[in-house]
Amino acid sequence: MSVTPPHRRGTRSRLLAELAMGVRLSVAGGRSGWARLAMIAAGVGLGVTMLLLAATVPALVAARDTRLVARAIDNQSEIPRGDDTMLIADANSLYGERTIHGRLVQREGDRAPLPPGADRIPAPGEMVVSPALAEHLATGEGALLAERWNGRIVGTLGPEGVLNPQEFVFYLGVDSLTDETAHRIRSFGSSRAVDEGIAAPLLLLGLVGLVALLLPVAVFLATAVRFGGEARDRQLAALRLVGADAAMTRRIAAGETLAGAVLGLLTGALLFAVVGLLASRLVPPGMSFYRADLRPVPMLAAIVAVVVPVGAVLVTVSALRRVVLEPLGVVRHSTARRRRLWWRLILPVVGIGLLFTVRSGPDASGGEGFAYVAMAGMAALLIGVALLLPWLVDAAVRRLDGGGVAWQLAVRRLQLDSGTAVRAVSGIAVSVAGAIALQGVLSAVQGQYSAEGGTDPAGNYQAMVLPSAGAAARWTEGLANAPGVRTAGVLSRVTATPTPAPADGYTHAVEVADCTLLRLRATIGDCADGDVFILVPQTDGAAGGAAVTPGTTYTLGEPGSGRTVAWTLPGNAPTVPGRGTGLEAAYGPTVLATPAAVRDARPTLAADRVYVGLDTGDPAAIERLRNAAARIDPTAMIRTLPDRTFASVLSTIREAVLVGAAALLLLVGASMLVNVIEQLRERRRLLAILVAFGTRRGTLGGSVLYQIAVPVLLGLGLAVVVGTGLGAVLQAAAGAPIRLDWLGIGATSGAAALVVLLTTAASLPLLWRLTKPGGLRSE
Amino acid sequence: MSVGHALLGLLESGPRHGYDLKRSYDERFGRGRELHYGQVYSTLARLLKNGLVEVRSEPGDGPDRKRYAITEAGVTDVAGWLAHAEKPEPYLQSTLYTKVVLALLTGRDAADLLDIQRAEHLRLMRELTRRKTGGDLADHLICDHALFHLEADLRWLELTAARLDQLAAQVRPPSTQEI
Amino acid sequence: MVNHLQPPLLIADDLHLSFGPTRALDSASLTVYAGEVLALMGPSGSGKSTLLHCLAGILTPDSGRVGYAGRDLSAMSDTERSALRRTEFGFVFQFGQLVPELTCLENVALPLRLAGVRRREAQRRAAAWLDRLEVADVAGKRPGQASGGQGQRVAVARALVSGPRVVFADEPTGALDSLNGERVMQLLTGAARDTGTAVVLVTHEARVAAYSDREAVVRDGRVREQVHAR
Repeated sequence: MSVTPPHRRGTRSRLLAELAMGVRLSVAGGRSGWARLAMIAAGVGLGVTMLLLAATVPALVAARDTRLVARAIDNQSEIPRGDDTMLIADANSLYGERTIHGRLVQREGDRAPLPPGADRIPAPGEMVVSPALAEHLATGEGALLAERWNGRIVGTLGPEGVLNPQEFVFYLGVDSLTDETAHRIRSFGSSRAVDEGIAAPLLLLGLVGLVALLLPVAVFLATAVRFGGEARDRQLAALRLVGADAAMTRRIAAGETLAGAVLGLLTGALLFAVVGLLASRLVPPGMSFYRADLRPVPMLAAIVAVVVPVGAVLVTVSALRRVVLEPLGVVRHSTARRRRLWWRLILPVVGIGLLFTVRSGPDASGGEGFAYVAMAGMAALLIGVALLLPWLVDAAVRRLDGGGVAWQLAVRRLQLDSGTAVRAVSGIAVSVAGAIALQGVLSAVQGQYSAEGGTDPAGNYQAMVLPSAGAAARWTEGLANAPGVRTAGVLSRVTATPTPAPADGYTHAVEVADCTLLRLRATIGDCADGDVFILVPQTDGAAGGAAVTPGTTYTLGEPGSGRTVAWTLPGNAPTVPGRGTGLEAAYGPTVLATPAAVRDARPTLAADRVYVGLDTGDPAAIERLRNAAARIDPTAMIRTLPDRTFASVLSTIREAVLVGAAALLLLVGASMLVNVIEQLRERRRLLAILVAFGTRRGTLGGSVLYQIAVPVLLGLGLAVVVGTGLGAVLQAAAGAPIRLDWLGIGATSGAAALVVLLTTAASLPLLWRLTKPGGLRSE
Repeated sequence: MSVGHALLGLLESGPRHGYDLKRSYDERFGRGRELHYGQVYSTLARLLKNGLVEVRSEPGDGPDRKRYAITEAGVTDVAGWLAHAEKPEPYLQSTLYTKVVLALLTGRDAADLLDIQRAEHLRLMRELTRRKTGGDLADHLICDHALFHLEADLRWLELTAARLDQLAAQVRPPSTQEI
Repeated sequence: MVNHLQPPLLIADDLHLSFGPTRALDSASLTVYAGEVLALMGPSGSGKSTLLHCLAGILTPDSGRVGYAGRDLSAMSDTERSALRRTEFGFVFQFGQLVPELTCLENVALPLRLAGVRRREAQRRAAAWLDRLEVADVAGKRPGQASGGQGQRVAVARALVSGPRVVFADEPTGALDSLNGERVMQLLTGAARDTGTAVVLVTHEARVAAYSDREAVVRDGRVREQVHAR
């Protein structure tokens, strides 16, 4: 050797050689070697697919935001009429469960702006619609919808004006808009739209979802790279016999894992592409997306490509640290170390602390900071669940005793080594905790929205129209004769300023309607035309607004509008309790008056809402009502009683969360199955001996079941507690009333139980095979 | 070890001169310790006296030309000797080996012979084990010594049993069948 | 002491069993009498372990029958044979028979627990047997913390705890040095003789076989039962 290579280079080339040897070993191990590689690749691939999907979320959101901004309008500025302006008003609607983003447009000059995606401004009586809506209207499904607007379709919108391929969008040309009923714009596009678009609760939903999704994926990835580890360890021990040192075996193992991880990356990329092709068809319409937008953020994709293999190698090396590979076999460090509690508590405590600071919602800590603090808190708490679980399982199984032989075998096994089971279960715990928290927030938000919409306990009214403007008479007459409508009643509302005007400028509202309608707002006993009541909100907290004093004289109508009337609240007006609907507390005490009591004030009254009784025998009655209302005023909002607008959106999200949780549970079940199978293989001789001296197979099967079920149940218990707690904090932060989501808890628990049973069932064939007579021969 | 039984056994395959007999014995069992002529003839004389062999003189020849043949009684005697287990004792192999070879030579079941010997060894080992279990440390050590020796014998028996076919091929080459 | 006044307890009659092309048993017949210690000897691969498994009802021969106390083992269902093994038979193997997670006491109590004995009672009886086999001090330890000799004694205690009529011991001292091996054999045969339990002992070691009353040699799947020397 005349040319001695520098020492470092020699080390590096040896390192590479050893890594390469690991790669070769992984494929040269015969059938079992390939099986192990395939399992690692499949597991890592599954995880990578999920990570890549998560990495596309920002891109999808960004693309959606771009479109949202492009079609938003600036409704704050006052713009004078010119030849470059148009009048525009929202005319959103619903058809069945589908929301329709609609607008009325009225061109005021030749240079009026084009709506994004449109090639022309629709003239009065013309419509430009999104492709999905056009298709829907063309089919029989949309027959009723076609009658809603007086518009001839003259064009379809391009993708830049439609949020997703399934969205229903229309621009209807009209000539009836005025300065009062519409906004004047010079151009489309407003950055305000995005900032205002995401409500605090929805932001939180997304954050919880992300944390709950990614952590189990990480846990699963860590399990996946250890698939078949026992066999690998034996192989490495054989290598030690022929002279490999401990460090070499570690590097060889790293090389082998690397091969699996890289193959997993490729599998993941492939799966991602397939999922991308299928997903746009599988997701509900509200969640559809343009395929072109399904691109992982390059930075995030790069991170995945680097972090997954590196993480896989780190996991392998750290797992090997607990194992001594001797030339004559594998020695496991099975010293029953007691798990320490204190450091496991740090993260959950930090998490709870962080969440405590944001419990009162975004206002308390202000905007951006809130989101980061809340996300950090949730992540800390959920990771804390994963950390706390091993200790909990340890502490719990140490106390377990008694029971039958199967139970005893399982419990003793867990007492000796709960690590493998716990690792798989931490995935369950984190995802279920996240799912329960999410479910809790969703159901609370849902409850809140329906409470705000109000209900009619008597069942007379099934819908409510919220007109943007217009006299009461126009609505009663217009709707009363509409098909599908049984009855319609108007509740009007007028602002009442006390005279003399109070120092704090506080005003009250007077709501005018007949006795039947007033009873929807408050619990009223005797009522005749001419009566007046004072509604006091039913609320746990402090009600907003100043108290109403009987005998006060008010000025009714908008001050300065020129149409005001003086009116005195009768001194004998009784106080009545409200129905406790969501916004009641915010409005504060309100005066409820029958029409005769405010006869003089009639000119000042504007229809505030129209309660509509529908023909309950006609399932399409609500659509007929929407049609009729759109004819009167397309900008009016129509809600069902109780309100299901948000309910349908939220239940879609809930379903998605449940499906996601179920998918994660399956993932976890798969990794538990691998653990169990490996464990059974490892002790095939012991199993044969146990059967030899008369152990029933059922007993052995039972012990497998318990061994899986105990950690899962403990994990689930912890998850329910943490998830519910987290849900409660989030509900408080989102300003929703705190309630437990028993359905969510039940569903996730049921799914977890199912996974336990499936995993056990899947491991039984192997158990049966290993306990067949003859198992003793393999000595 | 009984030279008489060995000579008898050799005679079973056919009558021989005393000189041939000695050579045949030395070849198979001598292992560097040849028989003296005197010992051969005195043994044959004893066997003759006991009616186990008979002399077939060939006319016209000298005293050296006597051929010895085995009698019925002689064959029975050989069979009895082979079927009888030797008293287990050290350095038994030469006798056992002789018996095995003769059994093979005479077409008897050598495996049976070994099994019988094994049973006898085990019987003694059982005896010693029993004595050991009841006795003190001295008994223990003395019995163990004997047991280890017996065990060594038994291993030899096992090994021989496993190689009987090989041995049979060697002691019965086609050329020895000439007489 | 061979006591042929005792009735036959286990009878194997003309057993044949092949694993694929390998003939493990080829017309093997054997009788085990109640209370005797029978050594099954023979070179490795001769089929002695297979014969033991057939006698114990772990394996079912291709043909031939195994009778135990007047019942035909071959005609029994798997469940029935399991129950029989649980209650009437005991087992000692060379190694790896103790459940590593259970303490030695729990291991010994296991057969009783499988037979439905209550835990407290099972452990009381197990403790008595550990004491008898001079390993009471490892009762609370796991098998991994006990020495090889202690482990085998625990296994012997487990084989005897349920009061079986036959203990099947497959190379019970195979993994032990001679001193420990002898002690285990003394304890096993001593306890078996005290309780009148028959022992079927598979071994290739003469000194272990010397603890038996009688031996049978298995060669090429056949049994050569003891030929008595005259």
